[in-house]
Amino acid sequence: MKEILSGNEAIARGAFEAGVRVASAYPGTPSTEILENIVQYKNIDASWAPNEKVALEVGIGASFGGGRALVTMKHVGVNVAADPLFTFSYTGVNGGLVLVSADDPEMHSSQNEQDNRNYARFAKVPMLEPSDSQECKDFTRLAFDISEQFDTPVMLRTTTRTSHGKSIVTLEEPVTGLPIPKLTRNAAKFVMLPGNAKVRHPFIEERTLKLKEYGKNLPINRVEIRDTAIGVITSGVPYQYVREVLPEASVLKLGMVYPLPDQLIREFAAKVDKLYVVEELDPFMEEQIKAIGITVLGKEIIPVCGELTPGILRKAFNLPEPEKNTVEKLPGRPPNMCPGCPHRGVFYTLNQLKAYVTGDIGCYTLGFLPPLSAMDTCVCMGASIGNATGITKVLSPEEQKKIVAVIGDSTFLHSGITGLLDMVYNKAPATVIILDNRITAMTGRQENPASGYTLMGEETFQVDLPQLVSALGVKNIRILDPLDLAETKKVLQEEMDRAEPSVIITQRPCVLIKREGVFKRGNTFEVDLELCTGCRACLKLGCPAIIWQAEGEKKGKATIDPQLCTGCTICEQVCKFNAIGAKK
Amino acid sequence: MSGKITNILMVGVGGQGTLLASEILSEVLKEAGFDVKKSEIHGMSQRGGSVVSHVRFGNEVNSPIIPEGEADILLGFELLESYRYLPLLKKGCKLVVNDLKINPSIVSTGGEAYPEGLEEKIRQRFPDCILLDGLKLATSAGNAKTANTVLIGALSKRLDIDEKYWLAAIGKMVPPKAVEINRKAFYLGREAA
Repeated sequence: MKEILSGNEAIARGAFEAGVRVASAYPGTPSTEILENIVQYKNIDASWAPNEKVALEVGIGASFGGGRALVTMKHVGVNVAADPLFTFSYTGVNGGLVLVSADDPEMHSSQNEQDNRNYARFAKVPMLEPSDSQECKDFTRLAFDISEQFDTPVMLRTTTRTSHGKSIVTLEEPVTGLPIPKLTRNAAKFVMLPGNAKVRHPFIEERTLKLKEYGKNLPINRVEIRDTAIGVITSGVPYQYVREVLPEASVLKLGMVYPLPDQLIREFAAKVDKLYVVEELDPFMEEQIKAIGITVLGKEIIPVCGELTPGILRKAFNLPEPEKNTVEKLPGRPPNMCPGCPHRGVFYTLNQLKAYVTGDIGCYTLGFLPPLSAMDTCVCMGASIGNATGITKVLSPEEQKKIVAVIGDSTFLHSGITGLLDMVYNKAPATVIILDNRITAMTGRQENPASGYTLMGEETFQVDLPQLVSALGVKNIRILDPLDLAETKKVLQEEMDRAEPSVIITQRPCVLIKREGVFKRGNTFEVDLELCTGCRACLKLGCPAIIWQAEGEKKGKATIDPQLCTGCTICEQVCKFNAIGAKK
Repeated sequence: MSGKITNILMVGVGGQGTLLASEILSEVLKEAGFDVKKSEIHGMSQRGGSVVSHVRFGNEVNSPIIPEGEADILLGFELLESYRYLPLLKKGCKLVVNDLKINPSIVSTGGEAYPEGLEEKIRQRFPDCILLDGLKLATSAGNAKTANTVLIGALSKRLDIDEKYWLAAIGKMVPPKAVEINRKAFYLGREAA
């Protein structure tokens, strides 16, 4: 049977066909849909973990127990999971384990574009890289076999174009005859004390050499001989661009990008006149190929930054480009917080109070954009709190008052808890706002330990954030409705002025929350054009529902799009002329 | 790569149903026996940002994204977005454009003006351009939210693919309750093109 699947859907299917028992992940673009789709396969236990480290540890446990496990995350998530990954490389597996790293060249939805192929080499684990959805499925299946055959975790690296791109996939039946998981002890292999680890290290060095040999005859490392004037070594989605732009060139398509099959590369290099490596981001293959003494051109002509496109390849190989239209500079269309978003009033207030805001990862990172313009730093998941602590350590008491960390509920549970523990333990006088909207919103509304539901849709314990914060030792805890602007401002001012750590928890569900009855739409609001003076105060909210109707150069009035307005009342509260009210 | 590849670029604003439309189109092409690839970016773009979807079909498709300057057909869900992506179009590209303006936030807040005369500017460069009022046609089909299906209907006139595949894909991809209205919207778009 053939279906059009995204790479993520195909990986979920591949895991199902491979007999996976356990799937664990933390959501992160472009990886999120793998677990969302795996839920349809009822014999897989799929769950959202609070962070990527826990997700991998759950997967490792399942593997030790003898079941096959899939763990998925975005590229920066692997940084969080790196600790267990490196030692798991030493222990090896019982049931096969595949770790998907969904990279994001071009940073469509990420804070950096690190090339996670480097992790395979660093952690000494094999890595497969598919170039379309069919390969996403097939490589996932194969990865489990490699994992068990070579006693190693296997990484599967996708990029945004393979994760989110769709193409036709032929489905197969799931494997049968996998061993039934049961407890077996093997402490020498699974307890990584120095004495045991010293035995495992030579094993993994040997394993890499065996995998190099295995890669020589592995069908997914494919030699395609056409015209031998140009030979290209490539993998992943760049393979597709090479085929598009250089249809006559000979290609060595590597499905396994680590370890590299040296012998196969030498043979291919000998067959072609001029050899190139076409790869996105780092010269990962290029440097290893050069290291075995083969002359090859790569980053001399292919950019290191950003994703590749057929056009970039055309330029690199000096091929003619089609005539192009150009357009003048146009108003951009960046993403924006939704109409009615409970974060809007908080950032409006932070701007008014001239707070120095250490930010975090989530929808609320959009609080950086004008007109809210209320975010000063954003590094990685959970960083807001540690950053706030550190900043206060170097400032005068007067300036310390300006420091406010802003973090979402899911991000706080991901890696903010330890930051807050440190802030209290080491007495940093900053203010932390936990924006509790009851969901992991940015990646498309996933459940988390504060939402009260699991990925499988079952009700579960809902973590009590005020109690948790209290247990960490925070004395000043304020609970707040962020749609009450006056109260938000008052509480924020009080806590900023306090020379002690304090936590403000704003409670309002995300407007996009799917579960019925959680978010309630209010009355639609409208502008009384008689009363509107055109002062533009409401425009400072940056609400997509408020539209400026210009009357000439300077003057105009605000109106509200009734289709978009959710009745959050924030604009009504900022209007000094009582021109905004519920629609009659 | 063998044979001719047809490249369809679909552009719009987050929330307009551009992605569902590209899903329907891909399903039609798959069922009609073509190799199909589709590429788009989601994530941040869901929050009212610009949305672009590349759909390519033929005997065998390699690149999931349309090479720059090679789009054969543009299906535009919004005027400014349609204009923004002209640099990706091939000379002689056919356009089906929804005659709708959605203000970017910088325009809503009075920071910049929505560019004037985009219809003429598009037509000047690409004479084979159909502008249609998707919202009006969708409303007369019975639901303003079916504007994306109206546009799919208009697109169907530009592709030599049997009507039955379009109707089947709509039946498969939209919720059962909405199938009839969507089929009506499809026909209204098809007639308008």
